[in-house]
Amino acid sequence: MQPPFTVSLEARDIACERGGRTLFEGLDFALKPGEALLVSGPNGAGKTSLLRQLAGLLPLETGQLSAPGAEPDMAVAELCHYVGHLNAVKSTLTVRENLAFWADFLADGKVDAALAAFGLGPLADISAGLLSAGQKRKLALSRLFAAPRPIWLLDEPSVSLDAASVKRLDAAIRDHLKAGGIAIVSTHVPLKTRFAKQLTLGLEHAA
Amino acid sequence: MNAALALLVRDVKLAWREGGAIGVALGFYLVVVAITPFGLGPDLNLLARVAPGMLWVALLLAALLSADRIFHNDYEDGTLDVLITGPLPLPVLAAIKSLAHWITTGVPLALLAPVLGLLLNLPLDAMPLLVLAMLAGTPAVSFIAAIGASLTLGLRRSGLLLALLVLPLYVPVLIFGVSTVSAAMVGPGSPWPPFLMLCALSLASIVLAPLAAAAALRTALR
Repeated sequence: MQPPFTVSLEARDIACERGGRTLFEGLDFALKPGEALLVSGPNGAGKTSLLRQLAGLLPLETGQLSAPGAEPDMAVAELCHYVGHLNAVKSTLTVRENLAFWADFLADGKVDAALAAFGLGPLADISAGLLSAGQKRKLALSRLFAAPRPIWLLDEPSVSLDAASVKRLDAAIRDHLKAGGIAIVSTHVPLKTRFAKQLTLGLEHAA
Repeated sequence: MNAALALLVRDVKLAWREGGAIGVALGFYLVVVAITPFGLGPDLNLLARVAPGMLWVALLLAALLSADRIFHNDYEDGTLDVLITGPLPLPVLAAIKSLAHWITTGVPLALLAPVLGLLLNLPLDAMPLLVLAMLAGTPAVSFIAAIGASLTLGLRRSGLLLALLVLPLYVPVLIFGVSTVSAAMVGPGSPWPPFLMLCALSLASIVLAPLAAAAALRTALR
């Protein structure tokens, strides 16, 4: 059992501009260990852009991010697991090799625990190219367990998952929160996880 | 360090598994050099004289065939996004991926070159220096190719544009690579000054090219 996470996340006055259009501005939120944030809003409101900004993939137009409680020289992106629309699965590697690479690359993680997290154990030695869309998604989500990181950024994590797997994902997020982690989830599917904060994007354009 | 090694091993493994990268480059190199005598005729002296230049030009083209794979596959399936959230700074990431390209393309091409030299009547005593010069020069080829690969990331049919961008940058490598082998064959000077220049070009590219590639990657991800 690893020690509980103690990292918080603070975002102050964040703005995002894509192609000359301001998606959102003046965004503030703060999450303490064990809190989750639900990001919602219509298509094109900037949910993905916000998550990519948090993961350090897009620059912040204004404002700043900080992670009190982390080692001071750690970038916020290095505390984050980012699971986006693309699965980052290599079809020529086996399921185990895919996870083993992420475990080695992201931290000294454990492959077997990660394989078990979404029940991919029996598929460990087949080529990831043979997996179905839902299984590939599970492989991408198993990455969350291959290396412990305090902040989970999940962009539509339930896409192409079956009902049982959505439940499993839901439980995984709750366990992560219980361990002091932070989850920021953008989803259209109702989850049982209790989100401490909610953020609705795109309201100013909806009218 | 562990992360860097894991990435290098994975990239080499992928290039090997996907087959295309190594096989196509070697096959292309073989075919281009093999058809040269048909174009130039059976004059053995002429073939020996153009051999160093031919071998180098064909090597550059063959190496470029797989250059767009340095970043493209990882960009397309979302792996690059996750790699960036990893512990390695972006220039280091670019350097490791360029190094993997060198191991899977530059080294095999350099080792094949003496066999192809036989087809062009390259004197046997010039062979060791040919391989040495190619092993010394191909790191520059791979690392500069990474700049082109990152600049053309996300474009369709990026391979041709990549070649247009990168080939002019290979002129110094070509000049010093060819003069090393020529000097070994016919003199008059020693082959070592151009060889050292070649080493210098590779070292400079290893340091500078990843910085440029990282800047281009940042823009491509926006």
